[in-house]
Amino acid sequence: MSIATDSAAVSALPRTVLELTVNNHPGVMSHVCGLFARRAYNVEGILCMPIGDGTCSRIWLLVNEDARLDQMIKQTGKLHDVRTVRRHPATHDVFVQLEAFFRE
Amino acid sequence: MTTLTGAQLIVRLLERQGIRIVAGIPGGANLPLYDALGQSDRIRHVLARHEQGAGFIAQGMARATGTTAVFLATSGPGATNALTALADAKLDSVPIICITGQVPRAMIGTDAFQEVDTYGMSIPLTKHNFLVRSAADLLKIIPEAFRIAASGRPGPVLVDVPKDVQCETVSFETWPEPGSADHPPEFDAAAVARAAECINRAERPVLYLGGGVVYGGASDHAVRLAETALIPTTMTLMGLGAMPPDHPLSMGMLGMHAARFTNLALEECDVLIAAGARFDDRATGKVAEFCPNAKIVHIDIDHSELDKIKAAHVGIVGDVRAVLEQLLPQIRREPRPAWLERVEALRRTYPMDMPGIGDVRTPYGLIAETARCVDGAAIIATDVGQHQMWAAQAYPVRRPRQWLTSGGLGTMGFGLPAAIGAALACPGRAIVCFSGDGSLLMNIQELVTAVEENAHVKVIVMNNNSLGLVHQQQDLFYGKRIFASDYRVAVDFCAVARGFGMRTADLGATDDPAGLLAEALAAPGPCLIHAPIDVNEKVYPMVPPGAANRDMVAHKAVAG
Repeated sequence: MSIATDSAAVSALPRTVLELTVNNHPGVMSHVCGLFARRAYNVEGILCMPIGDGTCSRIWLLVNEDARLDQMIKQTGKLHDVRTVRRHPATHDVFVQLEAFFRE
Repeated sequence: MTTLTGAQLIVRLLERQGIRIVAGIPGGANLPLYDALGQSDRIRHVLARHEQGAGFIAQGMARATGTTAVFLATSGPGATNALTALADAKLDSVPIICITGQVPRAMIGTDAFQEVDTYGMSIPLTKHNFLVRSAADLLKIIPEAFRIAASGRPGPVLVDVPKDVQCETVSFETWPEPGSADHPPEFDAAAVARAAECINRAERPVLYLGGGVVYGGASDHAVRLAETALIPTTMTLMGLGAMPPDHPLSMGMLGMHAARFTNLALEECDVLIAAGARFDDRATGKVAEFCPNAKIVHIDIDHSELDKIKAAHVGIVGDVRAVLEQLLPQIRREPRPAWLERVEALRRTYPMDMPGIGDVRTPYGLIAETARCVDGAAIIATDVGQHQMWAAQAYPVRRPRQWLTSGGLGTMGFGLPAAIGAALACPGRAIVCFSGDGSLLMNIQELVTAVEENAHVKVIVMNNNSLGLVHQQQDLFYGKRIFASDYRVAVDFCAVARGFGMRTADLGATDDPAGLLAEALAAPGPCLIHAPIDVNEKVYPMVPPGAANRDMVAHKAVAG
């Protein structure tokens, strides 16, 4: 998993931002990250913070759009700790505003 | 106010779920649970001899009945041993719940004795899993585990319970409702109408039934659809039993070891109606050449199956029985004489060839003779390998849940414990387990479990002293370089079985194998039936791995 985009080929791929609302407990990140890892689907960026009273968290994922993305979104939705999955364009503010923290 | 320990609470919650039998093995980290289980007068414990065996016993119960079954394992090696049975249940969508002991909460992460990350390891193998952090959480987690296991596409759930959570006391006012399957999702009536239109316009339709039809109780509806629109029908390995093999529209199993006519008919079809099937590579062969000219109507309760392998022209996410119920009145009766005659011509030209079927000393003959000896209520379990494919081709599986086999994971060692589970869940029925020498050796310790439970299980070991399907592939596709698939020592299976206290019948040591087989199958209780077979017997026809289904290797091709 990395935020860095050092190859022109990688950065040329269109990207998508996924917004997940999940139950907040210690195994959730494993479930979500493991799903992407075992399908060899790189997560380019990831953010997670609790929301509201802390029973739920929001996970933001920045992923490349390849032909498997629809299947990944369906599989993510099948995780029982994932309550909602929303898809946004890569121009979504959440990662754009973070770029300042990821300059070499 | 009720006050119980976590362990007592688990046992009471299982009782309230209707669980009457659990399989398992005790160990350090689940002893509080076992102590509580020993006090239950409603749950009978079946002691397996390996946790994988316990898991497959639970699978046998769940597959034979359709209701969720439970097994128990301790932490560490108990949990790692359980994983294969969970992975198998995941791939074949079987509702089982594994409750593992774990080291006490304060010791988690310290490399404590018999500590492994059971939660982490089981994530990719289960439908869902839980690490229980307090005894009070069990009130939610146990019913939730049952709800998840049984809902939608069924699957395995693991609940990992630290030892101190099992000992922790919890007080509560009201019992939770037992967990049960969610109502199936609403489906799109417009999509059903489009599916009906697609089927009504079809000239050469084929119905392709998977395990979802069996699990969804939709076999009758599927057969009615086939009969209404006169649609030739094929089944996956998991779908066997959805339509009886002697039904005039049945084309039997498709794929790697199908009859050639079945795969050729699929190649010509213009509409493929896939119900509760997932386009597994053993069914489709080279997927780009599977039903190349067909529009696909795909019905499945798991939306991630739609468009996963083949894009569906009409995709319907829903309970297959409910969808077929809505679809049926919209289907026109079509005589389609040309297509039916074409399928019959293919069937005549490329039939399922089962040499030796009249001779009980051959694989097909043994399977056919066994089917003649047992009644229609018998349940057939298999292990994995040549015997499994021969049985899939030759055993007349007539009803759903009659056929228990490890389809997706292909787990050698599945058959014997699954057969024991079926015998426990369905007392009074005969259970036949077709196995091979290689497969049986992978869970042979469960022979003693069968004896201890006096399970009505007949294990037919088709013994070629080899890993037969590996041997076959090396012979056909690896330049006849037979390596590591021939055993150098011939196990005396009858002596081993007798050592476990099991009756035996050796078809290789009698002049009347058919008579001995009938006698062994008729006697109550467990029996190992030893049937020597020739190591050069092969499962034909066969699609070479990676090839298109039309490119089958058959008896004549090899002989010539």
